[in-house]
This record gives sequence, C-alpha cells and structure tokens, in this order.
Amino acid sequence: MKGLLASPARLFINGVALWAPRLPGWEQARRILSGQQPAPHTPAPRPAPELLPPTERRRAPDTVSIALEAALGACKLAQLPPASLPCVFSSMHGDLAITDYMCATMASTPALVSPTRFHNSVHNAAAGYWTIAAECTRPYTALSAGDFSFGAGLLEACVQALTGRENILLVAYDIDARGPLAPVARSKHLLAAALIVSPLRGAQALAHFDLEVSAGAGFEASRARPENAELVAGNSTESCLPLMEALALGGAHELLCLATPTLGLAMKLQSL
Amino acid sequence: MQPLRITAFTATCAAGSGRAELLRALESGKSGLRPNDFGREPLTTFVGRVAGVEDAPLPPQFSAYECRNNRLAWLGLQRDGFFEAVAAARRRYGAERVALVLGTSTSSIGATEEAYTRLTPEGEFPEDLRYQAVHTPHSTGEFLQRALALNNVAVTVATACSSSAKAFAQGTRLLELGIADAAVVGGVDSLCGSVLFGFNSLALVSPEPCRPFDAARSGISIGEAAAFALLERDGSGPRLLGYGESSDAHHMSTPHPSGRGARLALSEALARGGLEAGHIDYVNLHGTASLKNDEIEAQAIADMFPASTHASSTKGWTGHTLGAAGALEAVVTLLSLESGLMPGNLNSRQLDSACGPQVRLASARGKVRHALSNSFGFGGSNCVLLFAAQ
Repeated sequence: MKGLLASPARLFINGVALWAPRLPGWEQARRILSGQQPAPHTPAPRPAPELLPPTERRRAPDTVSIALEAALGACKLAQLPPASLPCVFSSMHGDLAITDYMCATMASTPALVSPTRFHNSVHNAAAGYWTIAAECTRPYTALSAGDFSFGAGLLEACVQALTGRENILLVAYDIDARGPLAPVARSKHLLAAALIVSPLRGAQALAHFDLEVSAGAGFEASRARPENAELVAGNSTESCLPLMEALALGGAHELLCLATPTLGLAMKLQSL
Repeated sequence: MQPLRITAFTATCAAGSGRAELLRALESGKSGLRPNDFGREPLTTFVGRVAGVEDAPLPPQFSAYECRNNRLAWLGLQRDGFFEAVAAARRRYGAERVALVLGTSTSSIGATEEAYTRLTPEGEFPEDLRYQAVHTPHSTGEFLQRALALNNVAVTVATACSSSAKAFAQGTRLLELGIADAAVVGGVDSLCGSVLFGFNSLALVSPEPCRPFDAARSGISIGEAAAFALLERDGSGPRLLGYGESSDAHHMSTPHPSGRGARLALSEALARGGLEAGHIDYVNLHGTASLKNDEIEAQAIADMFPASTHASSTKGWTGHTLGAAGALEAVVTLLSLESGLMPGNLNSRQLDSACGPQVRLASARGKVRHALSNSFGFGGSNCVLLFAAQ
C-alpha cells in the first residue's frame, strides 16, 4: 500500500484530555487506562465547564459541556492559552438530545420550537461556545465522518498543524442517542477527547508520532484493551481510545486509526 | 498560497439548474423565490425551492441514502459535466488521490424529521427509514464519496452557513500537503422543517422575498442548493487564490457588532492571495437580509474597500441556502469572473444607510479580474474565498 504523503510526517502531542463518566479527566483516565487504578463504579456526573458563565454551565447541552471540559483540559496540560489555538471539532452525530427534541417538535408543534434549542442544534454549537468562552478568534471547523469522525478530525488537525506549522486543538465527542432515534443512531454514554498537535515540540509534549496516510482495503484499526474499551463501548467517538490508551501507557506504540472505511492513519508513537 | 485551478464547477438552485440557467437568471433579474409550499403546514414566507427533487429518486444501488438532500446532491452532480469531470480526474490521478470535502448544515435531517412523523405504534422509526445512512450528518458526504467512487479523504464540514466555503479551504490544504491531487469540494443543503421553523423562531424569516441591504429589509428567505467545484493544482479554469477563516467569539446567533470576525477573514483571504482590497472588482456578500448581518457586513465593506469595488448579495435570486451558500455563491462569483456580470441586490429598492458606494442595487458589467465571496455562519464561523479569472 502506497502512502499518500511524500514521507511520514512527524507531529508532537503537546496536550491531551479525556472525559467520560468512568474516565473523568485525563489524570484519572491515565491511571485507569494504564491499569494503575480501577475505573470508578459510580459514573461521574456531567462536568460543569469552568470557562462558561455560571448561569450557562447547567443549561449547556451535554455536547457543549463535555467538549469544553476536554478542550480546556488539553490547553491547561499544554500550558497554552485557549484563545491562541485554531480548533477542529469532530463528532459523528452532534447533540443527539437536541436532534431528538427538534424532530419531535417538528412532528408535533413546529411553530413552538425553542429558538435557543434551534441555534444549539447546529453541528458547530460546541465549537461556537468554545470560541466564545475562550475569546478565540482563530478559525474553527466542525466535522462529521460517520463512525470515522475521530480519525477524520485527527487527520484534519494534523493537516492544519502541518500546513500552518502551529498547534491545533482537536476536540472529538459524542453523546448517547435519545428517543425514537436511539435504536438507529446507537451512540451510548458521554465521551470527549482532546489533543493538541503540532509539528513543533511544546514545553509539555507527551509524545511524538510519525504519521502515514494510506488508502486501501482490509485495514484493521487498533483496539484498546478489552477492560478499557468496555468503559466507552458503543459511543460513536470510541475509536479515540487506542490512542488515548497508548498515551496513558507511555512507551512506543504502532497504531492504526481510520479516517474513512478505506483510509488509514498509521502512527508510530513514541512517548517523551 | 500556491493558487489552485477550478477545473470544473456547477450549481443547482432555485434560480437555475446548471451554470447557463443560473447565469441567465442573474442577467435577467429573475428571482427563484416563490411562496412557501414546503411541508404540511407551510410557514408564510418565500423559499428558494428546487423544482423536481421529489420526482428524481436515486439510482437503486444508492437507495439506502434516499432523502431530499441526497437527491439534490445527485441532481447537482449531473449538471455541467461535473460527474464526468470527476470521473476523468479519478482516472488521471487514481481514486485514492481525489478527496471529497462536503459542506452542509441540514444534511439528511429531513429524513429524520419524516421518521418522527411516521413512528410505529411502538414508537419506532418506520421500517423504510431505519437506515443509519440517512440519520447522521455525514449522510450526504458518504453518499457522494460512493457515487463518485472516490477513495481519499471524505468528510463533512458542518459549520452552519460557512460550511461549504470552508470545504474549499479544507480541500486546498489537502492539495497543499500533498495528501490529494484533486479535491471535490461543495455544499448541499435542502429545505426541511428544522431550518424553516428554527429560523422563524429567531424572528429571522421574512414574510416577503428577501431584500438584501434594503433599508426596509425584513429577514431571510430560505433556499436549497447543490454546488460543487473540482480543485486541482494545474489545468484550465479560474483560480482559487486564497481563503480566510476566523471566529467571531461573540454570540451563537448574532454577529460581532463591529464585524470583527468578518474583517479578519477578509484580511486573511487577501493576504493569503497576496492582494489588496483595491484589486477586488467584485464581492459576493453574505447579505442574508437579516437586520444585523447586512448592517455589520455593509460597514465592514465600506471601511475596507474602495468605491470602485462592486458588492452585492445574490440571495434575492436563490434564497439563503445555508450550508450550501458558500459553494453556491462561489459558483456565482466564478460566473462573474467568466462573464463580467456583477449582479446587484435583487428585490431591494433603497439601500440601508450603512452601505457604502460598494453595495449596488443594479447589476453592472465590466472586467472582473479578482473577486471575493463572503460566508458567515451561526456560531460565529466566517470564511472568505478569493478567486481570480483564468
């Protein structure tokens, strides 16, 4: 299989964050995913992102809440000001609770739809709230690529980092499906992951990786350990977990993450 | 940046199906807006509805993707030889060297809305709508990748009304880095309840055909469209010289009062293309005909451009096609570069006092060498594209 890049590209991971009810924040997640600590039996309550004004913390949609928590976590770990980073937000579904509300309202009383819920229904709501809260005027994007949304987001973050030669914040998230949509959309739990990638080594860099992109058939994506995979199983962003686990374990890893069913991102990862 | 060639482009919208029809409508001042007849209880407004979408099913091999948005995407691909141009690029470079970046805001949500109106007694989706392929934002992106048989990056950008302008920027970066040798970029958005009633709930929908930059404008007319472009490093066709992207960092549904994000995106597009405002002959404005957007955008244009620049919104012809607007208006801008026609602001009668001499009521003709297209979206996402004539 021929690589699509002229040669593998080196990128540094200058920040990371993870939030799921049984992986609440990177510090705990790192110990849990590396087997140093068991996952909590009681799921953590939804985070209240500190960048949002207190009145908005409780009212924020689930996607906004977990995406902002992860985004800020990665910036803090990297010691980078949130206002300075272009960002890539990636989610297969966006806010499934709002989708359920919008569609149920369209079927019953469309003229009574809530204006706030409507403007929160856009796929870029989490990215919009993040840039507002972080006072970030750098560009953001909001992507979806089905089950491969994490990989597609990671690839776009790497492309932006390599072409712009700067730090890019990736935030990938999905939540549980609600209502009649649930059996079809199928996503479960809350999960948000964030990475800061750059071709330049940051002061707090955790790892570097050499990225090769190839197209073909028969790719087999890396898998996390079963006990770790189980913690987020069924979430549409769960494909972030093998990379998160590798960062938690440290050392050297060869990973394969898919950006479409037939586009593979091979990463030779070395922890620093 | 290294300029790219736009080797093929096309648009299908209420004002015309394909480039020739669209250009004719622009020349003759014929609006595609009509009284809203969409849905079970149509809102009192005007819409830019594409005729015949209902009667154009997808080929049977794509039946799992059946929905209005994907039908419109399929119709759009058939115009102006676009499908064939992509097939030729695929043969030239290989399927694994041609990327697809699709901008949309509605995607296939119309199908999910329909499923909710036809739930079974057990509260489940009806059998014919249980495919995940039409209940996810990437539905149209995935469909297009299959329909065009491409095997490179295939991704959906969903940043509301800037989506398909940003698709051009994202495609450009893929070529710049060398991951792809060609990129199909574009936008597809279709009428659905969520956007009609949603924008209405924000008091942004006009009861009359929209009047961009008119002092007495009363809001937007929602439209639908499919528009595509093929980006390559070489070849013949107009050039993409630059793009500018920014965030307002202000409010989810209201632009920054001084147009901070819009100005940043405009400046960045010019800088990336190595041009100054004085080089710009035509600007296709975002110009939704909402009170705030037009006032703020007009002020930014008045501050940044000389009086010789001709600026207009073409939403009086097409309606605001939301996630497809960036690509549709890129095509309008490319038509302007090709034909020398600089459209005016259709339906508008008296310009808002915020407008400088750049914003024109009437269409004009001239040499159009460099032109910009503005797209500003909910969530404060801005994207400006800079094009040059062949």
